[in-house]
Amino acid sequence: MSFLIDSSIMITSQILFFGFGWLFFMRQLFKDYEVRQYVVQVIFSVTFAFSCTMFELIIFEILKVLNSSSRYFHWKMNLCVILLILVFMVPFYIGYFIVSNIRLLHKQRLLFSCLLWLTFMYFFWKLGDPFPILSPKHGILSIEQLISRVGVIGVTLMALLSGFGAVNCPYTYMSYFLRNVTDADILALERRLLQTMDMIISKKKRMAMTRRTMFQKGEVHNKPSGFWGMIKSVTTSAPGSEMPDLTLIQQEVDALEELSRQLFLETADLYATKERIEYSKTFKGKYFNFLGYFFSIYCVWKIFMATINIVFDRVGKTDPVTRGIEITVNYLGIQFDVKFWSQHISFILVGIIIVTSIRGLLITLTKFFYAISSSKSSNVIVLLLAQIMGMYFVSSVLLIRMSMPLEYRTIITEVLGELQFNFYHRWFDVIFLVSALSSILFLYLAHKQAPEKHMAP
Amino acid sequence: MASLDRVKVLVLGDSGVGKSSLVHLLCQNQVLGNPSWTVGCSVDVRVHDYKEGTPEEKTYYIELWDVGGSVGSASSVKSTRAVFYNSVNGIILVHDLTNKKSSQNLYRWSLEALNRDLVPTGVLVTNGDYDREQFADNQIPLLVIGTKLDQIHETKRHEVLTRTAFLAEDFNAEEINLDCTNPRYLAAGSSNAVKLSRFFDKVIEKRYFLREGNQMTLSPICWQIFSILIPGFPDRKRFGGGTLKSLHYD
Repeated sequence: MSFLIDSSIMITSQILFFGFGWLFFMRQLFKDYEVRQYVVQVIFSVTFAFSCTMFELIIFEILKVLNSSSRYFHWKMNLCVILLILVFMVPFYIGYFIVSNIRLLHKQRLLFSCLLWLTFMYFFWKLGDPFPILSPKHGILSIEQLISRVGVIGVTLMALLSGFGAVNCPYTYMSYFLRNVTDADILALERRLLQTMDMIISKKKRMAMTRRTMFQKGEVHNKPSGFWGMIKSVTTSAPGSEMPDLTLIQQEVDALEELSRQLFLETADLYATKERIEYSKTFKGKYFNFLGYFFSIYCVWKIFMATINIVFDRVGKTDPVTRGIEITVNYLGIQFDVKFWSQHISFILVGIIIVTSIRGLLITLTKFFYAISSSKSSNVIVLLLAQIMGMYFVSSVLLIRMSMPLEYRTIITEVLGELQFNFYHRWFDVIFLVSALSSILFLYLAHKQAPEKHMAP
Repeated sequence: MASLDRVKVLVLGDSGVGKSSLVHLLCQNQVLGNPSWTVGCSVDVRVHDYKEGTPEEKTYYIELWDVGGSVGSASSVKSTRAVFYNSVNGIILVHDLTNKKSSQNLYRWSLEALNRDLVPTGVLVTNGDYDREQFADNQIPLLVIGTKLDQIHETKRHEVLTRTAFLAEDFNAEEINLDCTNPRYLAAGSSNAVKLSRFFDKVIEKRYFLREGNQMTLSPICWQIFSILIPGFPDRKRFGGGTLKSLHYD
């Protein structure tokens, strides 16, 4: 009986998450495009719903809501469904939509998408070989095999995003790094842009006029027949000195067009910087600037800790909650009910981690999507994002285990089987360090290069 | 060569609708082989004979400014784009017949370009709402072009074309539907080519000839009073008797 009640609660929450994913897709991601294939929207929402359900189950674990056996059952079921989606459905549909875009292969779409999926499965399987993630006693098609590989990919993604985010966040928040931009700079650049456009126009006028006179002359001399004959008489090597002129002018025009593109991008950059300067003078901007200082300290600390972990081959044995409580009880002498408080504090901590990581990921995905998608590739990109999101959330579950006290870790260990969790943490530290250091280098170079561009006359 | 007079026409629309292919087709009578993303603005020039075939025939340069980007771009990109909207003489609005959103976005595109011209304070006042009043008063000729006609299946063609007819009527503009990879849609003598020619002629007229004719027209108040008092008095809009403020585009 209680199982039925629990199941109905779970299903209701899943439907809620599904609805949220659907709305997010329509309002945020696809607001400039038309949804022609509803399959894409359904897959995205389903992935989102099942990922959120996993987090919900963790929270229920901590708060001891629902029956323990029904929780276990739902864990297993959820995990199976998610793996099914991430390993079978989404890659297949990605292959299908890629193949649909290519006109040549349109007839045998299904065949080619199956081929693509098999290639994906091959590489996916090979991924497990160089990593010491499994004990050899598991069969081929067990959950552990799939989860371990999904976990590797997901943890790599998480660490890359974390590393870049940890460095980029203080860089964008703090106004210390903002270059000084005046209106005069912007006007000067705009004038240069318009001058370049005028030069392009005058050259194109010459080319158009030359083509027209040649076209008219060609008509008199060759008596061409039909539309294509006229075109041919203009473009094939006609006697006269106008042809080499055209190619020369075309080269000049190409160079000028490249210059105009650069100027356009620089002007947009200056406008963006000017807006940021104005924003930093507002109250909100000052608040974010202040936060930026905190985040930079946090970032430095994290890099330091990651280095220590790798160098001294140390993996944290206790989670922050228990350690914090230990410190307060032992060193500060404050006595309080450890069990009660540890449950609530870990709930709050884990909750915050979950919410911020979901929100952060959705925002990053949206920005990424706007930047690179076009009307042709929007389906493929959304499915790729759904795949990334699913893998990211699965590996969050793997890593969140470290932040929870021992008694709550059991269910994750039980359900996910005997994975080498320590390996994942080590791998996360390594990739985080690499990503953070390369982001620092990259941002430093970009920052140094920018002022020099504007100093040039 | 540069001694001929010129007019400036903007080509606006969402990314991926085919503006670059269209401009290439209009200016060089050839299909664009490798379309790629337009960053910023690309310009091309078409030589047009105004009033072709009549004794008043004169050749003009028509500059087609193909502005890239999407309506939902960051405001810094929009401010940068605004520099191209100065002194515009005509606007071609391009949308994709297979994508309804691109047609809807045309309202926002036209507001972005027109507001820049009519509100010279430099502040982009776009709240995205469509206001028919704006277009009723608009003096800049518009043309609506729908692309990728070949990708619309025969059965859906009627429904799509009805929708685009409404769209063109909203803008008080002519419309052309074609496929940018096939030059025969704009072959000389076809109705599309005639519409295009008429549009360019209208643009040139508004730029160079309207000023001389405008001294004799009545003020807008008079037109309205007469149209109320005298039944059958011709509609002001059709005679293009604009207010003086709209002639500052130069």
